[in-house]
Amino acid sequence: MRIGVFVCHCGSNIEGTVDTAVVARTSLDFPEVVYATDTMYACSEPGQDGIIQAIKEKHLTGVVVASCTPRMHEPTFRRAVERAGLNRFMFEMANIREHVSWIGKDREANTNKSVDLVRIAVEKLRRDAPLSPSKFSINKRVMIIGGGVAGIQAALDCADGGLEVVLVERESTIGGKMAKLDKTFPTVDCSSCILGPKMVDVAQHDKITLHAYSEVDSIGGYVGNFQVKVKKRATYVDWTLCTGCGACMEKCPSKKNPDKFNEKIGPTTSINIPFPQAIPKKAVIDPTTCRQFVKGKCGVCAKVCPTGAIRYDMADEIVTEDVGAIVAATGYDLFDIRKIPEYGAGRYPDVITSLAYERLLSASGPTGGHVKRPSDGKEPKNVVFIQCVGSRDKSLDRPYCSGFCCMYTAKQAILTKDHIPDSQSYVFYMDIRSPGKMYDEFTRRAMEEYGARYIRGRVAMVYPKGDKMIVRGADTLAGTQVEVEADLVVLAAGAEAAVGAPQLAEKLRISYDRYGFFMESHPKLKPVETNTAGVYLAGSCQGPKDIPQSVGQGSAAAAKVLALFSKDQLESDPQISRVDIKRCVGCGKCIMTCPFQAIKEVEFRGQKKAEVIETVCQGCGICTSTCPQGAIQLSHFTDNQILAEVNALCQS
Amino acid sequence: MSEAIAYYPGCSGLGTSKEYDASTRAVCAKVGLSLVDVPDWSCCGSTPAHTTDHTLSAALSARNLQLVADMGMKLAVTPCPSCLTNLRTANHRMEKAAFAEKANRLLDEPYSGGVNAQSVLQALVETVGLDALKAAVRTPLAGLKVACYYGCIMNRPPELMAFDDCENPMAMDNVLAAMGAEIVPFPLKVECCGASYGIPRGDIVARLAGKLLEAATLAGADMVAVACPLCQMNLDLRQGQVNRALGASYRIPVPYFTQLMGVALNIADADIGFDKLNVDPRPVLSKALTGAQ
Amino acid sequence: MNIINFTRDCDEDFVHRVEEESGQNVSLCYQCGNCTAGCPYTFAYDIPVSQIMRLVQAGQKKTVLSSKSIWLCATCESCTTRCPNNIDVACIMDVLRHMARREGLAAVPQVKTFWDAFLNSVRAHGRVFELGLTVEYVAKTGRFWTDMDLAPKIFPKGKLALKAHDIQGKEHVARIFERFERESNS
Repeated sequence: MRIGVFVCHCGSNIEGTVDTAVVARTSLDFPEVVYATDTMYACSEPGQDGIIQAIKEKHLTGVVVASCTPRMHEPTFRRAVERAGLNRFMFEMANIREHVSWIGKDREANTNKSVDLVRIAVEKLRRDAPLSPSKFSINKRVMIIGGGVAGIQAALDCADGGLEVVLVERESTIGGKMAKLDKTFPTVDCSSCILGPKMVDVAQHDKITLHAYSEVDSIGGYVGNFQVKVKKRATYVDWTLCTGCGACMEKCPSKKNPDKFNEKIGPTTSINIPFPQAIPKKAVIDPTTCRQFVKGKCGVCAKVCPTGAIRYDMADEIVTEDVGAIVAATGYDLFDIRKIPEYGAGRYPDVITSLAYERLLSASGPTGGHVKRPSDGKEPKNVVFIQCVGSRDKSLDRPYCSGFCCMYTAKQAILTKDHIPDSQSYVFYMDIRSPGKMYDEFTRRAMEEYGARYIRGRVAMVYPKGDKMIVRGADTLAGTQVEVEADLVVLAAGAEAAVGAPQLAEKLRISYDRYGFFMESHPKLKPVETNTAGVYLAGSCQGPKDIPQSVGQGSAAAAKVLALFSKDQLESDPQISRVDIKRCVGCGKCIMTCPFQAIKEVEFRGQKKAEVIETVCQGCGICTSTCPQGAIQLSHFTDNQILAEVNALCQS
Repeated sequence: MSEAIAYYPGCSGLGTSKEYDASTRAVCAKVGLSLVDVPDWSCCGSTPAHTTDHTLSAALSARNLQLVADMGMKLAVTPCPSCLTNLRTANHRMEKAAFAEKANRLLDEPYSGGVNAQSVLQALVETVGLDALKAAVRTPLAGLKVACYYGCIMNRPPELMAFDDCENPMAMDNVLAAMGAEIVPFPLKVECCGASYGIPRGDIVARLAGKLLEAATLAGADMVAVACPLCQMNLDLRQGQVNRALGASYRIPVPYFTQLMGVALNIADADIGFDKLNVDPRPVLSKALTGAQ
Repeated sequence: MNIINFTRDCDEDFVHRVEEESGQNVSLCYQCGNCTAGCPYTFAYDIPVSQIMRLVQAGQKKTVLSSKSIWLCATCESCTTRCPNNIDVACIMDVLRHMARREGLAAVPQVKTFWDAFLNSVRAHGRVFELGLTVEYVAKTGRFWTDMDLAPKIFPKGKLALKAHDIQGKEHVARIFERFERESNS
């Protein structure tokens, strides 16, 4: 081989603590190295041109660049050597920045370590073989998991872009949390009025297939070719016949069940349509409370249904959808306020969450939009809002800010004044976070025009006294403890990852953080992509965010999908495992240990052998350590290459 | 009978909370909790020690922890939450070698470590168990409405005291419910009564104890059950001072929970010691019990 | 009003000392006021506890150690239990009391006198002699009528011993105090 070594200064990032000239000079002594130089910024245009020129002038057949982490610029340099006419895999990187110059200041030690890293990179390169990617075809259908506003936007954008869309939603209706809101900040638009048309568009779009009351059961395959098994849960109502007339709800005798859509304020029937603008507007029976299921005696809904849609014997159904890309838009759930016993949530009925308060405010809610205390149904006069409940709190392991509570609390204070003109709202806050367009003006309106009393300080305890709730807090600006005699206490509960998010992430094979929020590929530059090819994110599943941000991410995810599908074929990464059939004894251990199920058993001349499914293999290498024969090798990271690196290191 | 547990009575058990000590001993004997006094125990230092210096406070407490170790035991029970927090804090802080060295320099016999303390309430709930307690009841406290007041430090801070919920503890509620009493919801279970400020700043105690008595009255309680000598003193002995300061006229008995247990377990009057309290619980008690029949 | 010049008036040593002795990082405090909100003694304080925390952060040693608040704190642990940043605020109040003592500051003298009388009693007898403690307190503060109204409620019931219960090991206890004094003065 004719190997060229390029040692990058990276300005002073590397040169500051590593003598790059010495590294380059020393590497000339390594076997098969015929050219070595140091360069200011290898990744820059002149830097790359320098590499290409050297390849051509010195007839190099392989290149080592000692610079930053491959995660930064490996693709950059691979493309560069390809432009110079080499196979892009005849290239190795030595990370002398993140692994050397950034971790210590001892110039001599750093230079020596850099020399070692270049030495082993050279040994690896000497054993590299040219590799070519395969092409495979893709299924231009997209699955969107989650029918909240982010998922709805992604679905509409993909469908309008000409793609077939499958939308899977866990609840019986789409709309997510936005459908539960009364009004939205900062315009005080009615939430259903602005979301409704989008929901109808989804229902009527000829390119969108909606599976409501369904969940993702399992996902197999790879980008361009996913097979998703969707469990359509039994609704016990034939939705092809149900017209959503609601006669069943009127006559159902089991009326005192907790109403999940209405945040458990007020009861509902066992057969239930969550709200009037639900899409699909179809009934669902809850078998845990329905008398027909629990006691075996009732059947009233079956008798009154005008289309005979009730089906007590319905079972869950599994449907397989083949798609080429998946967008996760599963949203958020609220912090469990019972974890803060000093606020009395769960013990005192007049301490409720902000979302429950939205249902009280909403005209389609359990009180018809009349704000009433859950305890006695009376109209409250003093309403206390407490912000940061389960947010910005290390002691509850929720140190992050949920981002939208300051805004919706101001909105709720404003709406309270509209609903109850002689009411007085109090808001206990630590800071006001209102960064969006017209946001700060909106929070100021609540204070300046709607008479909401904003008190800067946290609340230590809430307890009953007579029929009032005493809220004991602090006003740190006035410098004292304060008390408010409240009729109703509304807690701005923090946003958490949706229930079941980590389990879904494992099915999707994407990462999630310690709070269950899905991990984006890069926090600044790739907010809607994941590290798993073909899986994208949109909305609060990636981190709490408000409606415009969720809608924006929905469109962004759709754009990524449309870009992915703009080609007819995709290239697969050739850095994958390959089986040497001569050595394979068919023990099947690699098949069992592969986390991606990328290896299958095949028959070869009457013997069992392993075969790698090229497009699924992620190149993790677990199979290569498992194989007792050394029959399965990871291209570009073979056992011989790794041993050569170790030898070089030990002998230096 | 259970295995013997070391018993650390605390200084007020000899004087102002004699009846708490007597009823505790009698109740424990009745339910099979075998208490052995820590021989020649000394004061843990209480609040005055830890507000002066942490090493001094640890040494005063650790002398007693070592006495427990010398008994061959690893656990002491005490009825006083202030003693409890000082003993537990000393043991916890002396797990760090540097601090232990400083504290041990003050002691005749250094503390070898590994001795912990728990409240009598915890021992009753965890070692004896609610079922056994319920089975021992002979005179159920039916018809008696009790508000359970735990005091500020028995369960706080939760990382140190490690027993029961720190905002809404239920151990005393459960024990007295097992005795047959009707426990009324009391919203200020862990709100401080004024602690040791009775003598230097009686005005503070009057205000804080007043709030607690007000809450108990609003809750409809016949009595307030307590588990701390200072709480008992502040709410009962100083009830007259509270009334004078606030212009109120409270007359609520504040017995120790062990005294109420004593009634339910048919313990001798002399050991229960109701006559030692300021507001006599006996009239309210007999009215409630006969009313229930 | 006390105008603070942040360039000159922040006693960094004081802040470090507080952090070292309490084992707490005062920078964790974001001044939410939860401690003040829950503190039952706020009505009696001159400076609410969250402001004491702020003044400690700002290195205002004299203001903090001269305050009455630190002598009226009962270490009831409401603050520590509820702090969203897991700060042991009650421990910091304790440490501030220690430091005030060492500087000879005691803005609520009768509280210090009471605590000192208590410790003197322990030192002399090994256990607190409650009557002795009261007598010393009254003698040093001149508050003759302290709790006189309670006497008829206690004495007839035999709840206040007239003689101390000295323990056998009372010299051991006295030695603890002696050694502590020697170590503090060295």
